[in-house]
Amino acid sequence: MDPMLIGIVAIGASGFAVGLAAIGPGIGQGFAAGKAVEALARQPELRSEIISTMLLGQAVAETTGIYGLVMSLILLGIAQNFL
Amino acid sequence: MERFLEAPQVIFRVGEIPITETILGGWIIMLFIILGGFVLTRRLQERPRGSQAYVELIVNAFRSLVSDTMGTDKTGFFPFVGALILFILISNISGVVGVRPPTSDVNITMGMAILTFLMVQFYRMKAKGLFGYFKSFAEPIFFLFPLNIISELAAPVSLGMRLFGNILGGTVIVALIYEVIPVVIPLPFHLYFDLFVGAVQTFIFAMLTMVFVKMAME
Repeated sequence: MDPMLIGIVAIGASGFAVGLAAIGPGIGQGFAAGKAVEALARQPELRSEIISTMLLGQAVAETTGIYGLVMSLILLGIAQNFL
Repeated sequence: MERFLEAPQVIFRVGEIPITETILGGWIIMLFIILGGFVLTRRLQERPRGSQAYVELIVNAFRSLVSDTMGTDKTGFFPFVGALILFILISNISGVVGVRPPTSDVNITMGMAILTFLMVQFYRMKAKGLFGYFKSFAEPIFFLFPLNIISELAAPVSLGMRLFGNILGGTVIVALIYEVIPVVIPLPFHLYFDLFVGAVQTFIFAMLTMVFVKMAME
């Protein structure tokens, strides 16, 4: 296979990796924030506890997006060797 | 700023080991924290005045965070968690002054994650005994042994990679904006990526560390 082609495919794949991986965490974090707002509207006195729990849940939901970013960085490193 | 788009510069080498600017920055921040702790705790008084009052405020904030999250019987972990918070917070917001944040280097974040991992294993062994420790991997049935090992190893990887990915992503985005418009426009992005994301990720790293250790001790 042409090394130039491998490099171009790796760059394209790195873009797809981070772009597609951004969809899931976006939905998940938005869902967590929405539910936190509902809980806050019901019980405003638990504000600090709800916010810290929400941030913790969002951080765990974000993990897959970060994996996508790390994968894309690895692919960019591979592309550098071929171009 | 375009140098942030490339790998960290190697400042000097110790034998074969390259010392990059991020590792050197981490050492400088550690030195800063140690010196600060040394200088600020001279001549302690019964009734705090001046800088001692602020230091007591910070220490009490760490203590109450740990006792709220882990329970009052595990408040003894607050020096470890406080040191983590101080180091990560100063590292994350150091991007504001134009240096490469030490936490944007995978070596430093994974180093801290491995420290947490070793602590979790140690306290689980201490809480359950050597037999109970190995038995806890064979729960609920023996066939899940490899799966439990993988999930145990995935925790520190995701912990370290989360901090690394967030800070590196912010640094790269701000560096790209500097390439296009080098004045005024990058300021709000600095505010968001360095200060807000930095503070939130610090909090999350500390929270997850506390939750992992607490779960291991139960």
